Amino acid sequence: MGCGVTKQNQKQIKKDRMPGIVVRAQFSELQSVFFPCQHSASFSVPAATAMRAALLIQRWYRQYVARLEMRRRCTWNIFQSMEYAGEQNQIKLYKFFSYLMDHFTPASSERNLIAHIFRENEVCRDAEWERYFNYKNIEVPEFYSGPHLNFPLTATNATELVEAFRTKQQLHSRYVLQLLVETWKLLRILPNINHVSTCHSKEITICGDLHGHLEDLLLVFYKNGLPSMETPYVFNGDFVDRGKNSMEILLILFAFLLVYPNDVHLNRGNHEDHIVNLRYGFTKEVLGKYRVHGKKILKLLQKIYSWLPLASVIDQKVLILHGGISDTTDLDIIAKVDRHRYVSTLRPPKQRKSSAKNKQSDQDSWDEDNMTRRRVRSMTYSSPGVSRPEVQRHSLQTLSSQVEEELRERRRRAGFSLSHGDLHNSLSSDSDSDPGENLETDAEDWKQVVDMLWSDPMPIDGCVPNEVRGGGCYWGPDITREVLEKHNLQLLIRSHECKQEGYEFCHNRKVLTIFSASNYYEVGSNRGAYIRLGPDLVPHLIQYQASRSTRDLTLRQSVGRTERSALRALREQLFAHKSDLISAFQEFDPEQTGLISLNHWATAMESVLQLGLPWRMLRSQLVNHTQDGKLNYQSWFKELAIMEPNTQLAHTNLLETLYKHHSNLETIFRIIDTDNSGLISFEEFRQTWRLLSSHLQIDISDEAISDLAQSIDFNKDGSIDINEFMEAFRLVDRTQQERSNSTLSGVHPHLLQSEHPTKTLLVSASPHFV
Amino acid sequence: MAEDRENAIISEVHKKISDAFDVFDHERNKTVDVREIGTIIRSLGCFPTEGELQEFITEIEEEEATGYIRFERFLPTMTKLLMERKFRPIPEDLLLQAFEVLDQEKKGHLGTEELTKYMTQDGEPFTQEEMEEMLSAAADPDKNVIFYKDFVSMLTVDDK
Repeated sequence: MGCGVTKQNQKQIKKDRMPGIVVRAQFSELQSVFFPCQHSASFSVPAATAMRAALLIQRWYRQYVARLEMRRRCTWNIFQSMEYAGEQNQIKLYKFFSYLMDHFTPASSERNLIAHIFRENEVCRDAEWERYFNYKNIEVPEFYSGPHLNFPLTATNATELVEAFRTKQQLHSRYVLQLLVETWKLLRILPNINHVSTCHSKEITICGDLHGHLEDLLLVFYKNGLPSMETPYVFNGDFVDRGKNSMEILLILFAFLLVYPNDVHLNRGNHEDHIVNLRYGFTKEVLGKYRVHGKKILKLLQKIYSWLPLASVIDQKVLILHGGISDTTDLDIIAKVDRHRYVSTLRPPKQRKSSAKNKQSDQDSWDEDNMTRRRVRSMTYSSPGVSRPEVQRHSLQTLSSQVEEELRERRRRAGFSLSHGDLHNSLSSDSDSDPGENLETDAEDWKQVVDMLWSDPMPIDGCVPNEVRGGGCYWGPDITREVLEKHNLQLLIRSHECKQEGYEFCHNRKVLTIFSASNYYEVGSNRGAYIRLGPDLVPHLIQYQASRSTRDLTLRQSVGRTERSALRALREQLFAHKSDLISAFQEFDPEQTGLISLNHWATAMESVLQLGLPWRMLRSQLVNHTQDGKLNYQSWFKELAIMEPNTQLAHTNLLETLYKHHSNLETIFRIIDTDNSGLISFEEFRQTWRLLSSHLQIDISDEAISDLAQSIDFNKDGSIDINEFMEAFRLVDRTQQERSNSTLSGVHPHLLQSEHPTKTLLVSASPHFV
Repeated sequence: MAEDRENAIISEVHKKISDAFDVFDHERNKTVDVREIGTIIRSLGCFPTEGELQEFITEIEEEEATGYIRFERFLPTMTKLLMERKFRPIPEDLLLQAFEVLDQEKKGHLGTEELTKYMTQDGEPFTQEEMEEMLSAAADPDKNVIFYKDFVSMLTVDDK
């Protein structure tokens, strides 16, 4: 073979190359002739040949890396679109509840189930709250081995707390409540916007979303130092939800806030919201860790959330807030809003009555009910053929069609987004309300807050509603310029979006996104990062990734792992939408051959799932077998390898609803569970399903619900454990199940999770051109 | 009939290109950052050199380079590329031969320093980052050599 390049191959290479390359090649050939000492003495491969070989290898390698990058990007898109679809669902659900609240009689059982989440934090005297949150009666038992706190807190206390959580201890509920009460007292005197300065040559550290990832916070502290007078910090929201140590993170942040109130600054994020917490895991975490006092803790946290500052400004030049801005953002207005009125940013505040502000709680809720009743009365008289007594007897079917009709009407009038307009319309239906001016201010204030916590940047100019998340805006570089100029600022730092490198600049480096939860979607999915900012106000970025094993993974291995996880999640979604998908496939298969083209497959997938994913790029990962370029869709579902739980349920429709609306169902359960016990009664269980069916416009017969109820093993006292129920109906990936089964039988897990390239490498996403 | 078939093929190609493009169209406005074009083209099965890539980009860029490539300009040029089968993959055995050429002593492996020298000095040189990544994937960590036959197998796993 000699030099290994045959004449024929040479010709082929030449043909594929364009003139430009030959010139370059000649140059490097010349180089090797004139500067032979650049190569080692043993070098005897002719320069031209070596060059061609190198070029070939480089071409191949770059293509290989591109394929990996494409896979990584697709995986990312999967996670992100599912995440945002979840957020959108949440908001839809909440709007549905809002609607129920506004338009049905107080006596209706559905409304009662959810009324409490809308009850404003009653304004009453501090003494009453102190009694409610009284922690002094809580005894810390002798055998308690966790950390003890003394108030006022010292730096030592805070450091010990960090150390205790690092070693997986739990803080006693007495100390938790005490710490939270002190935090609440402090937050109440803070302004809406923290003003921070880098005088004394201090560098400020800014962290983004943590989402309950304690390992990341500890890693930041390890690399950067604990908060102190020399090491000031700004934490930019989303401390909780998703990760399993949200509570510990809050306690640490609050502890340092109390010890160093001038050097630790917290901004509120969109997850600092009890409604969002119901869905994304924080509520569950608290109730699980604090069975007796969890409810109180959650209630106190609601107040704390509403008192968290909304933004921080450094040296009057750098603005830090969680989500972003919009074309109406005005810091002067923000500085003046009553931020504590926004217990949950999802819902506009109750319309303000001038005398109501300082009234007792009973008075407030009486007024609220009165107003609602008046509204309902006027509505029932005006709608044809419906008189008041009948409303209560309506079946949920008619109710839901009324709801849908109203919603459709409102959508048409106000546009389907959490917009200024929505609020205006819903409030203006009050015939007895205060004059327009208060309404305007309320609507404006609310929009300012929502925009700050929910918006995302976009690369094109303008400002449009953020339909993907369901709240806030997408804002463009022109808006950034305007707002920064208006307030004489030079940089906007925000979080809210997961970024692969932990950070990302945009809008001509005027906007910096910082995200501090590494491995957010999956181990290896992304790095975390934090910012150090000195008096020169030039951001320095430090990246990290928790968990040593991910650092040692090659690019290929980490892509593979994240990809497997994303695909697993996606396959569960597919299975949950099985009947809709089959219907869509059948539309492309009028002759009922059982086969459809891959093109039609992709179209059907997008029309049903609406995740905006590149199905043709993902096809090779999801479809293993094709017959002459066509897919047998029935057997494809079998191949998805999703295991259903073992139940004798005859009503498969119900099961599918359950899978599809898993999150919604769980959210409603937790809302109904007013005493936060984790248990609901049979009746509440039925009501949950009725609410869900009303929201989703689907038919679920009472019989089906009873069957479902009976098929579960209830506790003897006739109540259902929410956690057990959700767990029992969780879809499990069969391959995962098999893996864990083998583990049980004694096979070492490392052997199963083989990262050996040729065995577990998923096929690449690049198709051979036909 | 032949024309119908041709149209059907073109339509498929268009959809493939569109999907690949969409993956990097972060804000859903049919534009991608010019720096991602290489990844997109390669993921559609092409093996251009860096020089060829640059030429392609110059052809589809705006007159005043904005840093973004619009789909309307990308689609026709890319379709032509695929239909004409330009930048086709080179057979696996040729890739293997390329390694063998560099391995004059026919040891069956290349030293990491050796390979680094070739990759960062010849052809279209790798950046340091590219070199490090390749070594982390290709090199046997204990022996500091690259068994290129295994490496080639890994590089050339394709889907159906």
